[in-house]
Amino acid sequence: MAPAERREGMHYLESLPRRWVTVYIPLLVFLFVLLFPFYWMVITSFKSNAELLSNGSNPFWVIEPTLDHFRKLFYGTSYPKWMWNTIIVSVTATFVSLAASVFAAYAIERLRFKGSRQVGLAIFLAYLVPPSILFIPLAMMVFQIGIFDTRWALILTYPTFLIPFCTWLLMGYFRSIPFELEECALIDGATRWQILIKIILPLAVPGLISAGIFAFTLSWNEFLYALTFISASENKTVPVGVITELVEGDVYHWGALMAGALVGSLPVAVMYSFFVEYYVAGMTGAVKE
Amino acid sequence: MSAASRFFDNRNVLGPLFMLPAAALLLFFLTYPLGLGVWLGFTDAKIGRVGEWIGIENYEFLVTDSVFRLSVFNTFLYTLVASVFKFVLGLWLALLLNKHIPFKSFVRAVVLLPFIVPTVLSAIAFWWIYDAQFSIVSWVLVKMGVMDHYINFLGEPNLARMSTIIANVWRGVPFVAICLLAGLQTIPPSMYEAASIDGATAFQQFRYITLPMLSPIIAVVMTFSVLFTFTDFQLIWVLTRGGPINATHLMATLSFQRAIPGGALGEGAAIATAMIPFLLAAILFSYFGLQRRRWQQGGSDR
Repeated sequence: MAPAERREGMHYLESLPRRWVTVYIPLLVFLFVLLFPFYWMVITSFKSNAELLSNGSNPFWVIEPTLDHFRKLFYGTSYPKWMWNTIIVSVTATFVSLAASVFAAYAIERLRFKGSRQVGLAIFLAYLVPPSILFIPLAMMVFQIGIFDTRWALILTYPTFLIPFCTWLLMGYFRSIPFELEECALIDGATRWQILIKIILPLAVPGLISAGIFAFTLSWNEFLYALTFISASENKTVPVGVITELVEGDVYHWGALMAGALVGSLPVAVMYSFFVEYYVAGMTGAVKE
Repeated sequence: MSAASRFFDNRNVLGPLFMLPAAALLLFFLTYPLGLGVWLGFTDAKIGRVGEWIGIENYEFLVTDSVFRLSVFNTFLYTLVASVFKFVLGLWLALLLNKHIPFKSFVRAVVLLPFIVPTVLSAIAFWWIYDAQFSIVSWVLVKMGVMDHYINFLGEPNLARMSTIIANVWRGVPFVAICLLAGLQTIPPSMYEAASIDGATAFQQFRYITLPMLSPIIAVVMTFSVLFTFTDFQLIWVLTRGGPINATHLMATLSFQRAIPGGALGEGAAIATAMIPFLLAAILFSYFGLQRRRWQQGGSDR
């Protein structure tokens, strides 16, 4: 990042008013637009129903904050259950995918077995297959295997988009680890398995964190599979539960909907705030490779 | 070393062995359903009934189906307009973030929030912002005296299209911006120094250094962006479910609606399969975008 900083070294030549017009004001507008829906979500979830549906007073602030919507969410719906399902599914799918991806990436990038280049390309292509064209046949398969309406339906199908992503990311990461380290270990009589566990994996921890965080977020956000493969209320995940159960006919419980959206977003937002750098590295790494 | 362990240390044995878990999962849950989906498109499968081969009947029907044709049109419109805006605004935001600004890392972290929060959940916030009776946007416009009535954002065909596109752009801009920012940071500052010594203006520097150096990553980022937008489902499903009068139905939402609530698996699969040629075009574009990287990084063309 240092070079980019240095490039701006001549910014003192720009006058301050000019910087306001060309940089600060556009940036503030961007930030306002990007963040306003979140502000609105928070404000709405603390408003009482009466306040929500009145057009009079200043809507940008809460006059009498209330926790009613959160109470309704946690005691009046299956929300805690959805949360629990989402956590289980996301965590399991992430770990399964990460484990499979570590081996696959190491094999493609370092073992260089016959045909590894083609396999690498196939993995990249698999990353480009969108859920929108897979969900119908997958729904049939899930039904035939007998895991319809269970967590397994999601745990087994989420790796279809997680493994290609994680493998691709880890391949880039393994590439940056010097070959010499492996060669030294090979001369000292280490097996490939020992090299992977004792040399490569410890060095690839940042890559593993990036891939893990990203995979977790992707599974947490998944909607189409969860909507198609799950039908019982107590098996739903947060995104599906909120959208299918908090809307009764034409009656929208806006407060509860917003509270549900807020609470459902918090885990990924908190996780993201702790690992911003890893997350950005994961996202840009996957695009740059 | 025993013979067995030497055998397992052979790269052509261990390699495929290490590939096994990933390959098994992907072959069974990705490759096979991909083929099954194409096959289903040629059958009249319904929920609870195994389909029989009916050739291209589904496609023959779809070609004459005005709703399907509208959904194809919508998908292209949605993808095109949203991608153009995502690119322009994303590039602009990336250039802004690459400048010397206070709280730089904090601002960068915050910018990405719309992308990491579950789409469905942020779409709910947009749903509420677009509400016909209580929309905050309408409230502000009416109070400012710009409008005298509330806007029915999701109730009229063209307004609904615009509203869904805005929500999609809102979510996509951070992704494009942060990826392009990473690309901007790899451009050597010496190029700009040389250019400014030669008297290049800021616009010339942008046109002849930034854009060409950024073009490979732009190609890749935009391919991903187009791919995700073209196959979008969540946003539309939450905001409009394809309405009003099918004005916002995308191919993905129509495929879902016909197949799952409608029960016509074969027809839904045919709609999904119809998306594949366009996706292939995007992937090929991405492939050639990737190829171009080598010379731009100072390497030689093969």
